[in-house]
Amino acid sequence: MTVSRRAFLSGMGSGAAVAAAAPAADAATPMLARANLELPPKALGMLYDSTICIGCKACVDACKAANGMPEEIPLAHAGWNVGQWDTAQDLSGKTINVIKAYRHGDMSRKDREENGFAFMKRHCLHCVDPSCVSVCPVSAMLKDPETGIVTHDPEACIGCRYCVYGCPFGVPQFDLESPFGQINKCQMCEHLQARGEIPACCDVCPTGASLFGLVEALQAEAELRLAAAPGSTYAFPRGEIGGDRPTYEGTIGAYQPAVYGVEDGGGTQVRYLSAVSFAKLGLPELPSYSFAAVAEGIQHKIYKWLVAPLVGFGVLAVFARRHMRRSSEVAESEEGRSA
Amino acid sequence: MTYAPLRRGLFTPLTLVLAVLAAIAAFYVALRFMYGLGAVTNLNPGYPWGIWVVVDIVIGTAFGCGGFAMALLVYIFNRGDYHPLVRPALLGGLLGYGLAGMAVIIDLGRYWQAYNILLPWYAQPNSVMLEVALCVVVYIAVLVVEFSPAVFERFGLAGLRRWAQRYMFLFVALGVLLPCMHQSSLGSLLLVMESQLSPLWYSLWLPVLFVVSALAMGYAIVVFEATVVSEAFDRPSEHRLLSRMSVVVGCILLAFMALRWFDLLARGVVDLAFAGDLNATMFWIENALFAFALLAFLLPAGRASKRTTFLAAVALLLGGSLYRLDAYLVAYQPVGNWTYFPSVPELMVTIGVFAFEILLYLALVKMLPVLAAHPSGAPAGTQPAE
Repeated sequence: MTVSRRAFLSGMGSGAAVAAAAPAADAATPMLARANLELPPKALGMLYDSTICIGCKACVDACKAANGMPEEIPLAHAGWNVGQWDTAQDLSGKTINVIKAYRHGDMSRKDREENGFAFMKRHCLHCVDPSCVSVCPVSAMLKDPETGIVTHDPEACIGCRYCVYGCPFGVPQFDLESPFGQINKCQMCEHLQARGEIPACCDVCPTGASLFGLVEALQAEAELRLAAAPGSTYAFPRGEIGGDRPTYEGTIGAYQPAVYGVEDGGGTQVRYLSAVSFAKLGLPELPSYSFAAVAEGIQHKIYKWLVAPLVGFGVLAVFARRHMRRSSEVAESEEGRSA
Repeated sequence: MTYAPLRRGLFTPLTLVLAVLAAIAAFYVALRFMYGLGAVTNLNPGYPWGIWVVVDIVIGTAFGCGGFAMALLVYIFNRGDYHPLVRPALLGGLLGYGLAGMAVIIDLGRYWQAYNILLPWYAQPNSVMLEVALCVVVYIAVLVVEFSPAVFERFGLAGLRRWAQRYMFLFVALGVLLPCMHQSSLGSLLLVMESQLSPLWYSLWLPVLFVVSALAMGYAIVVFEATVVSEAFDRPSEHRLLSRMSVVVGCILLAFMALRWFDLLARGVVDLAFAGDLNATMFWIENALFAFALLAFLLPAGRASKRTTFLAAVALLLGGSLYRLDAYLVAYQPVGNWTYFPSVPELMVTIGVFAFEILLYLALVKMLPVLAAHPSGAPAGTQPAE
């Protein structure tokens, strides 16, 4: 199987620079920021447990089929296997869900940072207070007030790609290959949910590493796993939490002592459990405030009720009128002189 | 104040070169519309914005701030003696912003829906991008009105000229207010980038830093343009005016640098400037350019020299451009190990946009009364303006 380590190498290779750039998780909320948005009451999400992911990439394939996304063939593989292998390397305009791998040293053991490897599933995290929704000038990114699912409307989108630039997770992607491209991102298979099904990736996951459901239930499940003794057997639910599918009998991993996504960047509706540190899986260290709260807070304080611009306009107009009248009188008298 | 078209031929070797550069750009722009952004640019999932956004638009509009800067100085602070510099600055502003608007359409991924940004039912009032877009659209219209007297004079439309003059103060006021708004918002655009932008650039003061540096660049472009035009066309030098204005530029630049350094020290991130990496290098290049411009503008010896004043303006323009390029691209760390350097077609389009801008400028100063008339051949600075 083919996995990519590009994203993870970047995190490790320039470790110092990234660590310096990353804001401390306990950083104080900037003064002018507004409050974070709250998790919607019926928030839907996913729990991805890296320790039980076997890297089969069935979810990548199912996602492409369910969302009608084209295959992606890396240049290195073009030629001999064109049309046979869909080997997406990362999120792109053609891929909205991808499995990646953290690799280190001889990679002899799964879920170990030293000489080990671990899997990671990348797609939209459906932020509680999403930057993409906040930055979009034309309301093309929308967060459902009930379920909290972040959807995209290509009919509204002008293709400015601010959402791509501004997403701290690098999720929304514009299809650069097409002259009439659009933004693509995970929308939690809303079209499948509409007919009573669950998101394709969770539907096909053989171990329940991708689990769909209400965020509150998923968080409780994550906390159960954290509380269980590492190495003990555990019945992992599959598909949708609370569903009637047979469970996957596995063992509890040596988890990092936290669930990613509870507060990170103001919280996300997709949550992560992992044995290797989240940063190594490409999940950025984020403060507990959302960046949308900072940008909107400052912008709204500058432009509150448009008072500042209107007062500014009034003052400027008074000065301009007074000074221009004087200079035009001067000009007229000059014209008179020269005539 | 009287203005006159420059009596020179429209076709010169320089305009030919500029036209060829613009034509090459037009070719690649056609390819972009036929085959998509990916076919022409080096944009990738980690770098959705390249030089078409950052150079053509973010830096391009800062270069267009001459009209903003001069209107503020002449009409708001009532320094009528700088009047000869106003109209060329307005033309530069109109072209800078107009071409940035054109660059937006080239860069927009779904340009055929660009008008959605003007439709109220799509408006997303929390978006800084919406503020920038609407503000720039209105400002381009304001620049057209501010510049219209030159056109009315050229075609002898005295009635329209007087009518425009009567309400001009409203447009002058807007012409100062709107750049304050969107040039600061070009800094606010980066406020969501805290996790992806080096703390040497990310700051809650970004809106202020951007608008103050844009204003300084506005004066610098006026110094640059006035010097080049007087040298190239053998016109009397406006150095006396420029030299006096240098104090204004210097003080604004000083405010910018003081705020930037005070903020860096207050946040305790100055050590990043000594990390020895690309970010640190770029940071010091910016600061060296700004420091040179600052000294040259504020020291009497620097102001006295035509050459030093010109070099200072160039340094300030380069420094301000680098500050924007670094904040948007160099100091930006994408998610994942993506790298970006503009492709040749991408560079050619950006070069072509600027070439087209200079071409239009040269053509319009020869066709319209833009530059101050010098009947006696006396230097502009010695003419009584009031």
